[in-house]
Amino acid sequence: MNPVQAIGRVFLNFLATTGRLITFMMVGLSHAVRAPYYPRIIVRQMIDIGYYSLPVVGMTALFTGMILALQSYTGFSRFSAEGAIANVVVLTITRELGPVLAGLMVAGRIGASLAAEIGTMRVTEQIDALTTLSTNPMKYLVAPRLIAGITMFPLLVLAADIIGVFGGYVVAVYKLGFNPANYLQNTWNFLTAEDINSGLVKAAVFGFIVTLMGCYHGYNSKGGAQGVGRATTNAVVSASILILCSDYIITEMFFAK
Amino acid sequence: MTSQPKIQLRNVAKAFGNKVVLDGIDLDVGVGESVVIIGGSGTGKSVLLKSILGLLTPDQGSIKVDGEDVIGMGTSARERVNQKFGMLFQGAALFDSLPVWENVTFGLLAEKRCTREQAHYIAIDKLAMVGMNADVADLMPSQLSGGMQKRVGLARAIASDPEIIFFDEPTTGLDPIMADVINDLIVKVTREVGATALSITHDMASARKIANRIAMLYEGKIIWQGPVEDIDNSGNEHVDQFINGRAEGPIQMAIRA
Repeated sequence: MNPVQAIGRVFLNFLATTGRLITFMMVGLSHAVRAPYYPRIIVRQMIDIGYYSLPVVGMTALFTGMILALQSYTGFSRFSAEGAIANVVVLTITRELGPVLAGLMVAGRIGASLAAEIGTMRVTEQIDALTTLSTNPMKYLVAPRLIAGITMFPLLVLAADIIGVFGGYVVAVYKLGFNPANYLQNTWNFLTAEDINSGLVKAAVFGFIVTLMGCYHGYNSKGGAQGVGRATTNAVVSASILILCSDYIITEMFFAK
Repeated sequence: MTSQPKIQLRNVAKAFGNKVVLDGIDLDVGVGESVVIIGGSGTGKSVLLKSILGLLTPDQGSIKVDGEDVIGMGTSARERVNQKFGMLFQGAALFDSLPVWENVTFGLLAEKRCTREQAHYIAIDKLAMVGMNADVADLMPSQLSGGMQKRVGLARAIASDPEIIFFDEPTTGLDPIMADVINDLIVKVTREVGATALSITHDMASARKIANRIAMLYEGKIIWQGPVEDIDNSGNEHVDQFINGRAEGPIQMAIRA
């Protein structure tokens, strides 16, 4: 095969995959906003995605906040700007690291498990069985997970914000000897609504990306255990890359304002 | 046969890439009849079944259910037709996140033909029809053996009193005694429900037991069909080779795919 052909084939494959993904997304979203809903499944997914991710996200946020305080101290003490640490910690956590690290951790946890679960349902014909039992699998499997992802992620990130700031506070006060009242005052003074909001918008988008990627790769998996394994890997990798990519785009949008 | 056939296939063809799987299938299944399609692995039996169920769309030809062409039907019309169907999948395809009773009554609940409270009693009723007692109803599918899963699958297939039941290799993976139990159950329940049955299998013992009529699929075509009594004097070398399980004959197995 000549090189031009090879490049053309890769490009066509890319377009075909993008098209399939967008179709899948539109169908999934259209089912998410149309009745009938499956409240029992939505609630179960919310608990799974939101509540059970809390330990992972909480630990990530706690240590990130602690590390941020230490590292920014290392930097700022060189030009006697220690007072800015509270500011740096709260801005970095709410605007950036809270949503992104939570997104990446949950991409590993939820993206992988969604892809494996739906992928196994595909290869064991459970998805076909749904169709024969008067149930639309996009509505029954995909829509509730998208809804749960979009709604639970911002809540998770809100928790991560609080825990992360707390982590920074603990290190600043107990290790670096800051005055607790001053530190909190600094944290609060610099914080604007937009810092929180931009983080929460990111969270909703990331929640959508993670659940969409998990569902898409699981739904289209084929070829037994190996296929499910591949779907799981693809779900996590593509979700992580899309999270970082959309993170830039959203930051740019808020930056422009 | 003067009356309209329950299922009518005309010139149905399906290819994946350049691999032709179905090559002009004509088949009639009469009301209340039990037709078994036999054929080796990879001859397109499953593709044929999935085409009738609407899980795959044939490239050409027509498939009629009760005289109504089902190819290219809209989603809601398709769902209405699918309500006539019950299907027993090869691996039972039970939903492993739901208890047995909810599996059995899944279709009824989806069609809102009963409440969740009633569903429990209906499930116990249907389980009794396949010879299982009430305490199975609250188990999870993973707690059941393969044969029991098949029976639950059968209970699920008949739960909504379907007019047509499909059996995909009902005895594959079962020991000979359990296979015979399943065969007996299939004969019994299709008669009790008064359903038309279309099965695919390569198990001749099973085919002889459940069929009124047998059709043999080979290289994408129906090469022979006739009443089950005639299968031993079909006068067709391919059929003879298949039903006697001989390696030597006109059918050459593709050893390398």
